[in-house]
Amino acid sequence: MTYLDHAATTPMRPEALAALTASGAVAGNASSLHASGRRARRVVEESREVLAGLLGARPSDVVFTGGGTESDNLALKGLFWARRAAEPARRRILVSAVEHRAVLDTVAWLSAAQGAEVELLEVDAAGTVHPETLEAALARDPDSVAVVSVMWANSEVGTVQPVAALAGVAHRHGVPFHTDAVQAFGQLPVTVNASGIATGEDAPDAITISAHKVGGPVGVGALVVRRGLVLQPLTHGGGQERDIRSGTLNTAGAAAFAAAATAACEHLPRESARLAALRDDLVRRVQHEVPGAILNGAPLAGPPGAPRRLPGNAHLTFPGCEGDSLLMLLDARGIECSTGSACSAGVARPSHVLLAMGASDEHARSSLRFSLGHTSRAADVDALVEAIGPVVERASRAGVTV
Amino acid sequence: MRVLAAMSGGVDSAVAAARAVEAGHDVTGVHLALSRSPESDRTGARGCCTLEDARDARRAADVLDIPFYVWDLAERFEADVIDEFVGSYAQGRTPNPCVRCNERIKFAAVLDRALALGFDAVVTGHHARLDPDGTLRRSVDPAKDQSYVLGTLRPEQLAAARFPLGDSTKAQVRREAAERGLAVADKPDSHDICFISGGDTGGWLRDRLGSRPGPIVDADTGQTLGEHDGAFAFTVGQRRGLGLERPAPDGRPRYVLDISPVTSTVTVGSAEALDVWRLVADRAAWPHEGVVACEAQVRAHGGVVPARAQAHGDELVITLGSPVRGTAPGQAVVLYDGDRVLGAGHILATG
Ligand SMILES: Cc1ncc(COP(=O)(O)O)c(C=O)c1O
Repeated sequence: MTYLDHAATTPMRPEALAALTASGAVAGNASSLHASGRRARRVVEESREVLAGLLGARPSDVVFTGGGTESDNLALKGLFWARRAAEPARRRILVSAVEHRAVLDTVAWLSAAQGAEVELLEVDAAGTVHPETLEAALARDPDSVAVVSVMWANSEVGTVQPVAALAGVAHRHGVPFHTDAVQAFGQLPVTVNASGIATGEDAPDAITISAHKVGGPVGVGALVVRRGLVLQPLTHGGGQERDIRSGTLNTAGAAAFAAAATAACEHLPRESARLAALRDDLVRRVQHEVPGAILNGAPLAGPPGAPRRLPGNAHLTFPGCEGDSLLMLLDARGIECSTGSACSAGVARPSHVLLAMGASDEHARSSLRFSLGHTSRAADVDALVEAIGPVVERASRAGVTV
Repeated sequence: MRVLAAMSGGVDSAVAAARAVEAGHDVTGVHLALSRSPESDRTGARGCCTLEDARDARRAADVLDIPFYVWDLAERFEADVIDEFVGSYAQGRTPNPCVRCNERIKFAAVLDRALALGFDAVVTGHHARLDPDGTLRRSVDPAKDQSYVLGTLRPEQLAAARFPLGDSTKAQVRREAAERGLAVADKPDSHDICFISGGDTGGWLRDRLGSRPGPIVDADTGQTLGEHDGAFAFTVGQRRGLGLERPAPDGRPRYVLDISPVTSTVTVGSAEALDVWRLVADRAAWPHEGVVACEAQVRAHGGVVPARAQAHGDELVITLGSPVRGTAPGQAVVLYDGDRVLGAGHILATG
């Protein structure tokens, strides 16, 4: 089997699995006062410290959650509610048009049910939000904006956003800035630490991360919240996590998340370079087999030290082929990838990301995402390169519209 | 053989797929998403387009351990089935959307795509038999027989179709589903028109066509007996829901005899006046020449009457040995020899 869908989820790292089973085998509620409770609490707090260290945050900034989706919900609802409560005029929410559905559906709900006014920030053809776009949206009426959210790196096309510059713009207008770094964490240096960032740039106030994208377990995540930023909680109960996220702590999950993140970040520069080289090879050879294939998103080679694209991401359009057909035919040959966005019924709609980048419906429907990760090897690329020619040939016979 | 199993989420298509797997084929399951905004749960026994149906189909595919995908045919379905359904009613005809869906979607769009993608056949859960020579036959379960809704398919459409359930009764299919651990074993059958949830066809059409009032006229006397707010809410042969205040002079019930969309006139009369002895149909699937003695069926779950069919150019003229009631243009007429389907057409005119 050739697994080229690491952006959906990546296999658990051995370190994470070891931590998960080790902690999972021991009873203990981190809120209990006895020895077992203390032991569990120690594991949680050490995991928190590890994650904080990797992100340049303080341990108390790290709020464990049940995953990336929950962290995004907590950030947007929590900030919107808190900001509006403090200043009722702050009803606007600015998010990029290419966010993950965990963000887009959350703000859509805030708009439909909570009186928010949502504005989608335009992106360019590569999927980048320009700081000037955010500046213009904010400048229209800065005092009415509750929160800005722009993802660190895009989950479909891999475009890396100028997060520090965007955060700087938001801050100059006195607005908190959230970023969904689920895809970026572990592949790029992700930090909340503003020191060392150029003038006019800044660090985000809240960052979403998720364990299963860095080789940890599914259902564990964190929202890293700058001290002093007030959030309304989504869940009420035992008051865990500074009252922001009630619920018995997932000790084993936190331990496994920390172990996975450590492993991912430890070799980050080397591993990113390895993945980027593998990815470049994939794109070059697939385009050699299928000369009409078009690379979506940012160019492969970015400026040194500041990649504009996730190292493991290759997103290609195969004109004249339905993405669904390609996926099915590759799946039948043991090659696993993704068409990008699938709705809950499993019906592929043209990706909102590609449409926001100005692609036509047809272009969007003819696309596939190949994403590499820590278990990817040259043999995976070889397998894809061998299959892609005949598969595209076949799929083009079925055409684009059913 | 590589086969594509169309899986609606019901028990029939799940068992059909299971039998294809058991026969040693390389089976891929596909659920056809036909609705633009599927309702999330099924209400009662209606429809086949809900998200829950998609989940049921996926679960069945998982149990069978076959790949499963959803194909989005909502646009095609809307253009080829729903729009045509609305248009036909607006013209006073009575279309059968299941026949249409088989002609244009399942055994056209889906079949074409499957063949292009390298599949050899499409398997469905229809209750009908298909002989190796391409002859379509009724199911062994007369109560569940679906050969009628397949009757208008052309030989090239049937050539790549497989109906593994034709030799089984519905009860056998349900039992087999239970034995195979398929959760849909006792899922209620779908009835009615899948895209009209709630089953109120008249109301559904009124929403789309708007109110178009007109008179209800007595066929014998020419008298206006009442008013209606849309002729499309009526079908020929309908008795209930006419909303007539006055009883007929003879005290017997009145039926819709004719619908004239241009003047929005609904003509009613006695049951006898509904009798149809002759049908003119198109030649959707009629390879025969000369007069052919056969039996005719004009409704999905109707009986048959003796008939003689003869092609005249592009048309098929059918004279009936005993009358059928309430038959309207738009319906399919399927002609049988015993349990063998000889061919079929869409009714153009009656009388
Ligand atoms: C950018 C982004 N945000 C959020 C999520 C959701 O994270 P989780 O699966 O942990 O809920 C994902 C994963 O699909 C993602 O890629």
